[in-house]
Amino acid sequence: MAKLPKKDELLQHKFDVPKTDWMDTPVEFKPGTYCYGAKAKNLEIVNFPNARDWSPEDEDWKLPEDWKGTIIEGISDYMSKYRSFRLFMDVCVRCGACADKCHFYMGTGDPKNMPVLRAELMRSIYKRYFTTSGKVFGRLAGARDLTEDVIKEWWYYFFQCTECRRCSVFCPYGIDQAEITIMGRELLNLLGLNTDWISGPVANCYIKGNHVGMEPQAIMSNIEFMIDDIETITGKRINPSFNRKGAEILFVAPSGDLFAEPGIFTCMGYLMLFEQLGLDYTMSTYASEGGNFGFFTSNEMAKRLNAKIYAEAKRLGVKWILGGECGHMWRLVNQYMDTWNGPADFLEEPISPITGTKFENAKSTKMVHITEFTADLIYHNKLKLDPSRNDHLRITYHDSCNTSRGMGLLEEPRYIINKVCNNFFEMPEETIREKTLCCGSGSGLNAGENMELRLRGGFPRANAVKYVQENHGVNVLANICALDRASFPSLMDYWVPGVEVMGVHELVANALVMDGEIERTLDLRCEPLPEKGVKSDV
Amino acid sequence: MKVWFSLLAVIILALTAWVGVEILHLNTLFGIIIPYTAIAVFIGGFIIRVVRWGKSPVPFCITTTCGQQQSLPWIKQNKIENPTNTWGVIWRMVLEVTLFRSLFRNTKTEKIEDKLVFGSAQWLWFGSLVFHWSMLIILLRHLRFFLNPVPGLIIGLESLDSFLQIGVPLLYITDVLLVAALTYLFLRRVMIPNIKYISQIADYFPVLLLLGIAASGILGRYVYGVDVAAVKELTMSLVSFKPTTSTTIGTIFYIHIFLVSSLAVYFPCSKLMHAGGIFLSPTRNLANNSRIERYINPWNYEVEKHHYSEYEDEFRDKMRKVGLPLEKE
Repeated sequence: MAKLPKKDELLQHKFDVPKTDWMDTPVEFKPGTYCYGAKAKNLEIVNFPNARDWSPEDEDWKLPEDWKGTIIEGISDYMSKYRSFRLFMDVCVRCGACADKCHFYMGTGDPKNMPVLRAELMRSIYKRYFTTSGKVFGRLAGARDLTEDVIKEWWYYFFQCTECRRCSVFCPYGIDQAEITIMGRELLNLLGLNTDWISGPVANCYIKGNHVGMEPQAIMSNIEFMIDDIETITGKRINPSFNRKGAEILFVAPSGDLFAEPGIFTCMGYLMLFEQLGLDYTMSTYASEGGNFGFFTSNEMAKRLNAKIYAEAKRLGVKWILGGECGHMWRLVNQYMDTWNGPADFLEEPISPITGTKFENAKSTKMVHITEFTADLIYHNKLKLDPSRNDHLRITYHDSCNTSRGMGLLEEPRYIINKVCNNFFEMPEETIREKTLCCGSGSGLNAGENMELRLRGGFPRANAVKYVQENHGVNVLANICALDRASFPSLMDYWVPGVEVMGVHELVANALVMDGEIERTLDLRCEPLPEKGVKSDV
Repeated sequence: MKVWFSLLAVIILALTAWVGVEILHLNTLFGIIIPYTAIAVFIGGFIIRVVRWGKSPVPFCITTTCGQQQSLPWIKQNKIENPTNTWGVIWRMVLEVTLFRSLFRNTKTEKIEDKLVFGSAQWLWFGSLVFHWSMLIILLRHLRFFLNPVPGLIIGLESLDSFLQIGVPLLYITDVLLVAALTYLFLRRVMIPNIKYISQIADYFPVLLLLGIAASGILGRYVYGVDVAAVKELTMSLVSFKPTTSTTIGTIFYIHIFLVSSLAVYFPCSKLMHAGGIFLSPTRNLANNSRIERYINPWNYEVEKHHYSEYEDEFRDKMRKVGLPLEKE
């Protein structure tokens, strides 16, 4: 991993432009801003083409023979399959509204990170090979030839986009850079060009059921570890089930929550809530991943990984599915899962067994978001809560890109936070809800070797956190995304020291009064709870 | 360079019409043949482009949600920014097409020392809105040349547009607004470094061409006092497919319609097609209801999967050891 620059060094950039036209400005692979290349063994596991070990630093990327034909055929193929692709190539007027909306542009000042220009990297090729003006006038029409350097530039910049869709909120035609990045990555995968950090988890998830590669016994022992902690905190020993047939509900979480801090605290939150409710649920070691790194390689791979959720729900004979706190998982559940792998006609329309609420908005997918489920419980007074147990925390909330712009889950988590905590402060409105700023590590960019890029991409978000830290003494960044939980801690340590990262259900479980529990003195992190009546320092 | 090239192209086009009519007297070519051809290319080209987009399916429901989803009954849904039914989508599209809703959201990001600051930035929205609406009103006003008798609605629009009662002939407010808005749109392209950096000939040329069209129209009306009766005779003859030319119309008129014809031909093969494209944009014209109703992908195909049985085969011993239920003992 490259040595991390100091804060002021990272903030040297200005939003100005190079002297040379972007087409004449070659891509520079700066250490700390890109990931390792995909390894042969991981591509072989999922039968991807041109599997070989390679490194982006190599001069020769070992592209397959006729790689050019492959790309051009690929563009033609995807254009016939996706209206968005052809349309978004055609209708951009380069008004520039998107330019300063991208967190990578804000954090790097690299003009090729303006969504419009990142799209132009692809559009120039589209024009050259698929439009008459581009074929005849070439560069005058904004077209350029497809060369190996173009492929390298694509790889560099399409893995500097987190598919967060913030640009698409501001675009007058709804052009979504995520769609263009998705197409770009599909094309790159035809040549065996992916990152190690994405292709590794994909291979893991395909064979072992989750990105982090936990085998069944490892999942069990991690949960066992959490159960021990829960016993220490509450005096209650709980006993969740795995792969159990006939349960009412299958619960699917992102594997990050089963794996490492601070995600495991969120997972403990889920477990404590379900225990208190006496919920008839089970978890699966086979479908042990809600997230989907396949989505960052190709549509087909995403579908292959996602298929496990419905398949397992069917095998276990559950009635419906409950999903944990995860960002891109929920974009996929909302916008892709049913289309890919439905219809889920073997399941029933979800009804909360506690409140009887019918989740009408999940009528077809039969999958409910845990904050929808919990908000409904609290609304119906089904949980006994003591929000003062969170009084040592001053909380702000980060909307995940995917749940806000690919779903619209905005109020549910806020409702919960307001019920389980007494100190909640919003970040500035240009940085939350549908305008939320990305963590800078989404869509498979949360590796270690590209840490400088992540810090830069996360800077706008951190900047907003810093604002509430300075003005309201905020010390917790709450969220509903496993990638946030994995990536924010290092980001906060760097930009806004003193801010911890917590899933919403960690906060819920802190406040949750469980039947027969001992008097709580510890929070879920086994740190002392605030004394009654003593407020945190502002 | 790109700006000069675009400007040169517009000047050459204008000169072509001037030479063609003033020197070579090709009135039939510039008054009849070219306009007919241009209209045919415009209509044909527009349809071809839209049909081509239409042929590609929208495999997934990729709405960009910009508000609260439909969820629990007591949580207020934003039915326009996150619609679940057709009415919501229609409202969203109407706001997008007529008021440029998304562009209205625009903010400006500035970096002041080590902080980012977000300010409002509605000038682009305002300039675009003024341009498009002026353009629409001007187009509607021009219908007076193609309809006989002129409908009251058009006459009403004209008097509204000239209600300031300045000059002879009366000054149309939209003429001023159009030129002002186009000038703003052009200037921001050349003056804001980032916008200049992303701009291409395909961006400068249409703005300058539109300015050329506006200028020739304005000169014809306010300066040269083009023989409007003769123009109407020509345009009506075109509409009724019994074309005749006239020698009493000034050359400036031919420059005007040649530039309009150029725009009509250029339109379908350019970014100006956003006019049709916006209606097809899947992030805006789809309801966010894919959890409520199954959204169908016409090319959805079977994929190779790693089934549970294969998983259990691989991990059976380990699963047995930790007491997980098995399909096959």
